[in-house]
Amino acid sequence: MRKHKLTYLAMVIPATLLFFLFHTTPALMGIFYSFTDWNGLRPTYEMIGLKNFMNVFKDQNVLDAYLFTFKFAILTTILVNIISLSVALALNSRIKFKSFFKGLYFMPYILSMLIVAYIFNYFFANFWIDIMSFLGIERWMVNPLGNEKGAWLAIVFVTVWQSFAFNTVLYLAGLQTISEDLYEASALDGANKWREFWSITFPLIAPFFTINMVLSLKGFLQVFDQVLALTAGGPFGVTRSIAFLIYKNGFSGSEFAFQSANAVIYFIVIVAISFIQLRYLQKREMNL
Amino acid sequence: MQLNRTNWFATLFLAVGSIFLLFPMYMTVMLAVKNSEEIARSVLAFPDMWSFENFRIAAEKVGYWEKFRNSALITVVTVIFTIFTNSFVAYAIKKNFDRKFFKGLYFYFVSAMFVPFPIIMLPVVKLTAQFHMDNLYGLIVLYIVYGLSFNVLLYVGYLRSLPQELEEAALVDGASIWQTFWKVIFPLLAPINATVAIITTVWAWNDFLLPLIMLAQESQTTLPLAQFIFQSKFGQDTNYAFASYLMAMAPMLIVYLFAQKWIISGVTRGAVK
Repeated sequence: MRKHKLTYLAMVIPATLLFFLFHTTPALMGIFYSFTDWNGLRPTYEMIGLKNFMNVFKDQNVLDAYLFTFKFAILTTILVNIISLSVALALNSRIKFKSFFKGLYFMPYILSMLIVAYIFNYFFANFWIDIMSFLGIERWMVNPLGNEKGAWLAIVFVTVWQSFAFNTVLYLAGLQTISEDLYEASALDGANKWREFWSITFPLIAPFFTINMVLSLKGFLQVFDQVLALTAGGPFGVTRSIAFLIYKNGFSGSEFAFQSANAVIYFIVIVAISFIQLRYLQKREMNL
Repeated sequence: MQLNRTNWFATLFLAVGSIFLLFPMYMTVMLAVKNSEEIARSVLAFPDMWSFENFRIAAEKVGYWEKFRNSALITVVTVIFTIFTNSFVAYAIKKNFDRKFFKGLYFYFVSAMFVPFPIIMLPVVKLTAQFHMDNLYGLIVLYIVYGLSFNVLLYVGYLRSLPQELEEAALVDGASIWQTFWKVIFPLLAPINATVAIITTVWAWNDFLLPLIMLAQESQTTLPLAQFIFQSKFGQDTNYAFASYLMAMAPMLIVYLFAQKWIISGVTRGAVK
C-alpha cells in the first residue's frame, strides 16, 4: 500500500508544482509588488507600504473603470441569463427544425470574442444609424461606439451576442433533467404556462441558475477583448474596464506596482462577490 | 394532448432570433468577397463580381498560413497534453479524497478559478520571460497548467459517477496503479475527455489576452492576435480585414458544421457534472 501512496503522489506532485509556479507564484508576486514603487523596468524598487492602495481609491481612472465594469457586468449578466433561459425553453419545447436551431444558437460559443467585436465594430459604424432612422428613433441615430452615453451599451450588446450560447447549453442541460410527467400533471390541473414555469420549471433548474449567475458575473467582470476591439477604452476613456486599465497602464504606463495594487483589490472584490452570490442564491434554492 | 402539438410560438421566437445571429455572419461574408467599389455601392447585395482574390491578398498581408500553423500547433498540443495529464491528476485526487492532502489539492485547483487573470497578468510576463518561455511552447505550458482548475472539477465529477468494481478487479489481478489507470479508467473517461477536448480547443484557439502579453515575436502570433495586429496596420481595407476575419473563424466553423451534435452534447455533459 505504501507503494500505492507514492504512485498517487507521483501523479499529482508535478502538476501541483507547475500550477504553483505559474499560477500561485505570479499571484503572490503581484501582491508583493503592490507594496512597492516598481515601474516594471527599473532594476530597483522600494517598499512603500500601503501607499499604492491609498492612491487606488483616489485615482479617478480606477474609480471610472470600476463604475463601467460593474454596470457593464451587471446588465450583461441579467440580459444573458434572460435570453439564454428563454432560448433554452424554446429549444426544449416541440419546435420545427430543432437541430438546425440548436446548431445555430450554439454557434457564437465557438467564435472568438475579439473577431466578433471587430465585425460589430463595422456594423455599428455602417448600419446602426440606418436601422435607427428606419425605426424612427432619432435620439439613437449616432454611432454608439463614439458616443459617451451609448458606448457601454454597444459593448453589452456584442458581449450578449457572443456569450449567451454557452449559458443556453447549461440551461438546456438543466431542462432536460426535468421529467415530462410533471408537466402532464400540471396540464391536467389546468395551470397556465406562466405558473407552470415559476412553480415547476424554475425551482428544478435553480442550481443551474445559480451556477450561471455566478459564472457570468465573474466572467463579465473580467471584460477585455471586446473593449479593445470596439472602443479601445474610448470615447474619453469611459469604457475602460478594470482588466483593460491594468493591462494598458500596467504594461506601458509605468504603473506596474500601482496597477498591481489595483489588481489585488479587484481580486478581493471578485472573490467576495462570487462568495456572497453563491451563499445568497443557494439559500434561495433551498426556499424554492 | 396539447403537449404533442408543435409549439409555433417558440418556433417563431427562434426564427426571429436567428436574424440576429445570421445577419453579422452574412455581412461578414459579403464584405469579404467584394472590392471597395462594390462595398461603396451596397454592402448587403450580392456582388456583380465576386472578388475571391481578397482571400489570397488578406492571407498574404496577415501571414495567414504561418498564423494558422501557430494556432493549430498550440491547440492540438494543448488538447492532447491536457487530456493525458489532467485526467490522471484528477484520478489520484478522487481516489484519495479521504486524505487531507488530496482533498486540499482539489480545493486548491478549483478555487483558483476565482482568481481573476489580471492579478497574474503583470508578473507572469516577467516570470515567463525569465525562463525564456515567452514563445509558443511557453504558451502551451500555461494553457495545460491553467486548464487544471476547471478540468479537475470536470474529471472528478465524472469519476465519481463511475462504478468501482472494474478497477478493483484490475488491482486484485496485480496491475499497478498506472496500468489500471491507462487500461481500465482512461478508456471509460472517453465521454468526459471529449468534453474537456472541446472546451480546451475553443479556449486555446480563440484566446487573445494570453498570446497578446506573452508572445514576443511577430512570427509566433496566433490567428486572433494577428487580427489585432492587422487591424492596427491595414484597418482601412474593409474587404481584406473581413476576408481575414472569415479565414480566422473558418477552421472552427468547419469543424463545428460537421461535429455540432457531438460538440453540443459534449458541453452539455460538462454542465451536468
